[in-house]
Amino acid sequence: MTTTSGSGGRIPPALRTEALEQLLTERGLIDPKAMNEIITDYETNVGPLNGAKVVAKAWTDPQYRQRLLEDGTAAIKELGFSGRQGEHIVVVENTATTHNVVVCTLCSCYPWPVLGLPPGWYKDPAYRSRMVREPRTVLAEMGLELADNVQIIVRDSTSEVRWLVLPERPAGTEHLTEEELVLLVTRDAMVGVAKVEAP
Amino acid sequence: MDSIADMGGTGGWGPAHPPGDDEPVFGAPWQGRAFALALLSVRVSGQNIDAFRHAQERLDRAAYLDDGYFGRWLNAAELLLTDSAILAPGAINARARNLKGEDTEEPTVPEPGRPDYEPTAPGSLRTVDTAPAFCVGERVRARDSSPPGHTRLPGYVRGHTGVVELIQPAAVLPDTNAHFEGENPQYVYSVRFGSRELWGADTEPFAVTAELYESYLETAS
Repeated sequence: MTTTSGSGGRIPPALRTEALEQLLTERGLIDPKAMNEIITDYETNVGPLNGAKVVAKAWTDPQYRQRLLEDGTAAIKELGFSGRQGEHIVVVENTATTHNVVVCTLCSCYPWPVLGLPPGWYKDPAYRSRMVREPRTVLAEMGLELADNVQIIVRDSTSEVRWLVLPERPAGTEHLTEEELVLLVTRDAMVGVAKVEAP
Repeated sequence: MDSIADMGGTGGWGPAHPPGDDEPVFGAPWQGRAFALALLSVRVSGQNIDAFRHAQERLDRAAYLDDGYFGRWLNAAELLLTDSAILAPGAINARARNLKGEDTEEPTVPEPGRPDYEPTAPGSLRTVDTAPAFCVGERVRARDSSPPGHTRLPGYVRGHTGVVELIQPAAVLPDTNAHFEGENPQYVYSVRFGSRELWGADTEPFAVTAELYESYLETAS
């Protein structure tokens, strides 16, 4: 097996990162401006608020909901969200009896255009290894207890297909506007490790 | 290849972490820089995201785990850049030591050996002019093979039978593309497996779907 020889913990990753940045920029192979733009984009523009807008629209517009479930990529693009790690997005609906939850056992594939970069728990080996082995237990450890009659479907993202969960709209939110609903929708519910709670 | 990256069903990792309050996208400034450098390293070394994932699965346990997700990206980027001879092996550590104030000789810049290989289109989706080999509802078996190179066929489904739930668009085959040996575009299938088929009769009932490339599958009787 090939390894990164000598790249273990001896030299702090911050220093190795700085070294790599120098090596590539001094030869003109990368543009520091492009680098800063990528960082800023994922810190400020690409995040779960995008997915929340998709969900809130689906909750309030039945035709949009139908388009979203039929062709997630196109319906998401209608709201202006596309790009890296979002070439083909499939949206699945969670209901009172069916619960989808997304994982990537092989790396940490995640629908960046709608959810941003994955949170720590999604990248954790415990989540990646156990979600396909004992999802009910893992969900309970994460704070989501599902009734025995709820069917769990784990979506392991092993190709370039990306999954987005359309959470169940909570009871008692019928009077809320689309804009108000956006604020209720969480990243965790769109991955399937939580439900959306009424305010 | 057998790799620490293929984590599905493996044990010894402890409890799952409950989602907390909002964490920063990058927990430290170097993580954002490592992330961007990895994306740009893919760009300068041949636009091959499969080669990048293969680099991750070739990392040893320490390089994969010790500095977390972004450390893994940094180490995989290094491997990608040394594979294509954009960087000499050891160049990053030598420069890092010099940044610390040591006096380390840096390896000479190699002759770039980037493969003569360009993607036929942006991204991974492709069109193929054949019909899908399997249909929705068909029973299929994931091949029980452990290829020596890159694959996206997880170990835990190998040899197991499931049902085609969805036919996804055709895409570049990672197994060959990661090695710059051709795109071999083919249909991808979301195959649904029962938990007891995967893990045995004592398992809690649930289903798992995985996206499997056409050549990973065979008809199950």
